[in-house]
Amino acid sequence: MIDVALTIALTCIALAVVLNLYRLLRGPTAPDRILALDTMVINAIALIILFGIREGTTVYFEAALLLAMVGFVGTVAYAKFLLRGDIVE
Amino acid sequence: MAAILDFVIAFLIVLGGAFALIGSWGLARLPALMSRLHGPTKATTLGVGGCLIASMLYFPSHGMSWSAHELLITLFLFITAPISANMIAKACIHGRHVYGDAVAKYEVPLPRPPHPDAEWATFGSTEAAKPE
Repeated sequence: MIDVALTIALTCIALAVVLNLYRLLRGPTAPDRILALDTMVINAIALIILFGIREGTTVYFEAALLLAMVGFVGTVAYAKFLLRGDIVE
Repeated sequence: MAAILDFVIAFLIVLGGAFALIGSWGLARLPALMSRLHGPTKATTLGVGGCLIASMLYFPSHGMSWSAHELLITLFLFITAPISANMIAKACIHGRHVYGDAVAKYEVPLPRPPHPDAEWATFGSTEAAKPE
């Protein structure tokens, strides 16, 4: 049962990443692209977690944790750059 | 008991995948950035939360040790999602004059500030930050 659920969820999230890619390429403004990248990172975290469940190991969780932190810092840095034209003042 | 737990885990995994898809669908379909912010920041975060809770239940119930990683990731995502949404909304509000035609078609004007003498806090803060 869990295998079927994992297949469904992985398909859903793969589709979600494709939709994010569409928004990332389409734009039309820079904040849209930042938002699309941020969502893509969150979807990648979900993909890693589900892959970890499928493989039955917990080694992938470190990667997910790192991606969560780096994705947030990247989003804030991009938004800050748009706001102020500078990241570290 | 194990069958019920398996059912709950499978349900949470499917729910998580569905919510992540709905959030990204909203990101692709909604007309303006301010409405597009709703999809990813609420639905997608909830979807990832569902997947993480499912994995938190899965590993102890299948003979592996429980780890705090999932809890850390969930907490971190739920704390940072509103902050990054706020930053993106601020970048959008302050950049309205820059993007011009690309957003003018869809964008609704900003609502009036709550007091006639006051400005929205995000505009006031940049003024206050300027050196005299």
